[in-house]
Formats: sequence, structure tokens, C-alpha cells
Amino acid sequence: MTESTPPQAPGGQPASRKPAMSLEKAQKARRKFLQSLGLTVGVSGLSLLGYIPLSDARPARLRPPGALDEADFLSSCIKCGQCVQVCPVQAIKLADITDGFGIGVPYIAARDQACDFSCDAVQCILACPTGALTYKKPEFMDARDGMKMAAAPILLAKEKDAEPTLNLKERIGVARLARPESCLAIQGKGFKGQARGASFEGMLRYMKVDRWKPIPVRDYSYETEICDLCEQACPIKGAITVKKGLDKDGKPKGLPVVHEPCVGCGVCEMVCPVEPAAIVIDAQAPWKA
Amino acid sequence: MSRFIDQIKIMLGAAPKKPEKVSENVQKIMFLKYEDKDRFVKEKLHARAHHEVSHKWRNRRWAVLLAVNLLFVFSFWLDIQLLEGALTASRFAGFHLIDLNSALQVMLAHKHIIVNLFIGTFTVFLIWVLLGGRSFCSWVCPYHLLAEWTEKLHLKLVEKKIVTDHEFHRGARTVFWLLFGLMAVVTGYTVFETLSPTGILSRALIYGPGLALGWVFLLLLFEIFWSRRAWCRYVCPIGLTYGAVGIISPLQITYHVEHCFHEGDCRKVCLVPHVLDVTVKGRADEEQIGLGPDCTRCGLCVDTCPTGALRFEVKGLSKLL
Repeated sequence: MTESTPPQAPGGQPASRKPAMSLEKAQKARRKFLQSLGLTVGVSGLSLLGYIPLSDARPARLRPPGALDEADFLSSCIKCGQCVQVCPVQAIKLADITDGFGIGVPYIAARDQACDFSCDAVQCILACPTGALTYKKPEFMDARDGMKMAAAPILLAKEKDAEPTLNLKERIGVARLARPESCLAIQGKGFKGQARGASFEGMLRYMKVDRWKPIPVRDYSYETEICDLCEQACPIKGAITVKKGLDKDGKPKGLPVVHEPCVGCGVCEMVCPVEPAAIVIDAQAPWKA
Repeated sequence: MSRFIDQIKIMLGAAPKKPEKVSENVQKIMFLKYEDKDRFVKEKLHARAHHEVSHKWRNRRWAVLLAVNLLFVFSFWLDIQLLEGALTASRFAGFHLIDLNSALQVMLAHKHIIVNLFIGTFTVFLIWVLLGGRSFCSWVCPYHLLAEWTEKLHLKLVEKKIVTDHEFHRGARTVFWLLFGLMAVVTGYTVFETLSPTGILSRALIYGPGLALGWVFLLLLFEIFWSRRAWCRYVCPIGLTYGAVGIISPLQITYHVEHCFHEGDCRKVCLVPHVLDVTVKGRADEEQIGLGPDCTRCGLCVDTCPTGALRFEVKGLSKLL
């Protein structure tokens, strides 16, 4: 060790009055400094591990309605969960530490519980304190192509109200028939009974049952000649239709077609009775004509 | 004024210094205190013998801490809707409240501030100016409570010489504060929130547990086996943010040198013992000294002091009363 305080400061300045540090003390101070450096590097490094889940190639999360684009959403969300608290069907969950920087950020697992807009006014947006969920994006943030809705979506439940539309300018994703081979309509099959079985806990608002209150999906019994559950359940006017026709053998069949008003709420994915769902939401995906 | 600046420097990591000048009154007090050694020792033993060990402030504090956190929990669970959200941001009876450090991270990362965010942040700023800045740490933060409990375990292990406390440089916390701010600006993500045990615990209580609790558990293990109260002392930027608020807070713990036997019991229980450096013999230069912004106003020293030399006081108010 060559560490010792020089008795005379360089440049001919008067010698410092401090006694020279003992070797042991200097070593201790050095060790403490190095350990503190280690702590700083270690904890900062750990915090940056939060990047990994973002650069991961795993599918994008479906965010609540009104969410900013992903990067802006993650930065502006304050991770408080006020959106979780106001959702009448508890569609919104908070991500765990496995989401890295996305920890505590809300998402929707549509297959388990989709956003069915049974709050009528997109309460989660109202609850958000930071503008991560917003009715109106700041002007400097552009909407990606295909994200902007052509017109304010009409909520079927409010269709007869004075103000039938949802205050939602951009979609959060878009539905896609991902597994046409398993779609009951395409196979020309009907459906009878509980959409997702007796143990499914998801909720949905059925206008025929109660205009104001969502009920468990298992408490509702469907009966259709050609399965059209996605169309029946869709809360948005004109977002999806099951086109009925005849196949080449003259048997009746249907074809689910997603239209531009689809906001990506995920109700079709939730009620789709086959496992895994034939129709899914592409989260954060734009509408492509 | 110089003490004001010194106390800020100490909060940022500087070592406390001996005063250059001690006021005449204090010189007189110290002279009288030590004039008769026998009497001093007798008085000391007398004070000790009559000291009823009290946990008054600790119990009050734990009650408040639990009440605040449970209010969050029950507001959601029982749908009382009184205090909605989590510690990072919430609404009390409709009014926005936003944690200062979380707000700072969001502002730095997002670089866009909406009105509600500003209002909530300002409200909380005012609240903690009145209530003492870092009192957030000891009176509200759920991690503080867990760390307080595991600290007892750590101290027991130290006593049995199974572990030793490894101290870091307190300046590390200032570096962390800057680093987390910088990382938020550069990456555009709220990097600190990924590791913040305060946010993780608050959300776990309200919305249910998750894997993130594993990180909190590791932190506690680190504090038990390696370094006493390491997160709060050397890392957490929330503490420094609220410490900065506490600079101008009238609510503080004050030290009265006249009643002090300079035994150092207070420094042993303190999370931030550097603020109690004035209780070392010869370090106090005024009769009455506020402990400064880094003090968490937890009251452990007030409970411990056998002579009432340390007290909760509200600047200005005590003079009025």
C-alpha cells in the first residue's frame, strides 16, 4: 500500500493540519468506498435488468382502453392501480416484476376477463392520474397508422341513449380469426350451453338480462344453429359479424368477419367456446383493411 | 444558516463535523454539567433508574403506518372508496395524492406533465412539508416496518457475533438518487419502480402478492445478514426526495443539550445516527438544535432518551404555546 497523506501539499501550499491517516484507517476507508461502489453498480445493474422483458419477443400486452403507445404508457404509468379499482368486471390486472420496467402496469388478459365496457364511460381513463390512460392524447404524440378509429365507437348498450358513443379515439388492438380450422361457425356447427363451461369466472354484461349489471358468463345459456357467440357478445356496434352462407356442399356455415369499428376489447376472445379460442385479440395491433 | 447547509450536506453523505464555535450558554451548561463528576454520575444513574422504558412513539407510529396501509387495502376490498390507489398515487375522498418520488420518476421518464399529476404532487408536497418530510418513511412506508422488524433479528445476530454490520458510504444514496433520475431520463422508463420495495409492498397488500415480493425478501435477507437497514440508509431515493422536503418542515425532533448525559442510547436505535451526532459530547453548539432533514421523525430516540433531551417539536408553535 502506498497510500499516505503527504505532509506537504504540492505547489508549496502550507501543510494541512490534519494528521496523516493511519494505514489501517485508509485501508478501511478504501474498502468501504469499494463496497459502496459495488452496491451502486450492483443495484443499478439489477434495476436495468428490467429491460429484458421489454426486448423479449413475447407477445404484446393488451392494455386498458385509452392507453398511450407502449413506450409512453410504461413511462407515464405511475403503477398505482386506480384503474384496477374502478373496473366493474375486474378486467384489469397489474403486471408482476417479470414484466421488468412494466411492473405494476395494468393489462388485460382478455381470455380470462375481457373489457366489456359495462362501465359505459371507460372509468379506467377517468381514474388515471397521470394521463397514461387518456381520452385525448397530447398533440405531440402521433397515432400509429390504423390505431385511430374512423368514428367514435357506438356502445350497443347505449345505442338508444342521447350519447351512444364511447369517448375512445384509438383502438387497443384488433380481433383476428387466428384458428379458422377450430371455429365452430366455419365448421357449420351450432353451440348450446355455457360459453366457457361451468367453472369459468369471467363476467359479461348481457343486455337481455340486465342493462346495468354484468353477470357471470356461466350463468348465461346460449343456443344457436350456427355459432355466432362472438357477434352476440361484442359490445361495439358493427365490429364483428358472422357471415352466414352455404358451403360448397350446400350445408349452412358462418364466417366471423372483423370490421373497422373493432376496438380490441377482447370480449370475442373471452366468449369463444372452443379451446384455445379461435378468435383472439392482437394487442396493440392496428386495423388493416 | 451554516447549520442549515451543513445538515443538507450531512443528508447527502458528508460526515458530521465538530462545531468551530460553541455558544457561551452551551459552554456554561457543559461546564456546570461536568463541574462535579460525582454529581454527574449520580444524576445519570438516577435518571436511568427512573427511566420507564416506553414505546409510546413507536406504538403510535406503527398504528398510523398500519392504519394508512390498511385504509388502502380496505378501500379496495370493501369498496369504501376512501383512499383509492396505492402508495405511488392515490385519491383520498376524490383528491389526487401522488407520491413525490414516483411523480418525479414519471416526469423524468415521460417528460410530459398533466394537470392532475401536478395537483396531486403539489398536495402531497404540502402535506409532507407540514408533517416533516422523511416522516413518510417511518410513519407510512410499509418496507420501513418490515425492515424495522428484521433489524431486530440482525441486531440479535450481531450481538451473538454471528454476523457483522457492513457499513457503506452514505453518499451512495445521493448517487442512487441521481442515477435513478438519469436512468429515467435516458431510458424513458421508470427504472426505479422496478425495484422499489415501497411500491411493490403497497401493491402486494392491495392487489395481492406476486413474484416481486421475492425481491423484497432478498433485500430483507441482505439487511439481516450483511448490512443493517441497507436499503433505507444507502439506496432508497424516496428517502432523499422526502428528506429534501423536510428541509423546510417545521415539524422536527429537537435536541436539548442541557438534559443530555451524552450516553449515546439514541444513536444506537436510530436509522440515521448521523443526525444525532450533536448528542456526542462537545458537538452541540446551541442549547436547542433541530435534528435536520434526514431525520425520519420516527421517535425511537425520543422513546429511548431517559432524560427528555430529545423531543418532538413544531418550530414556531412551541414558542407560541
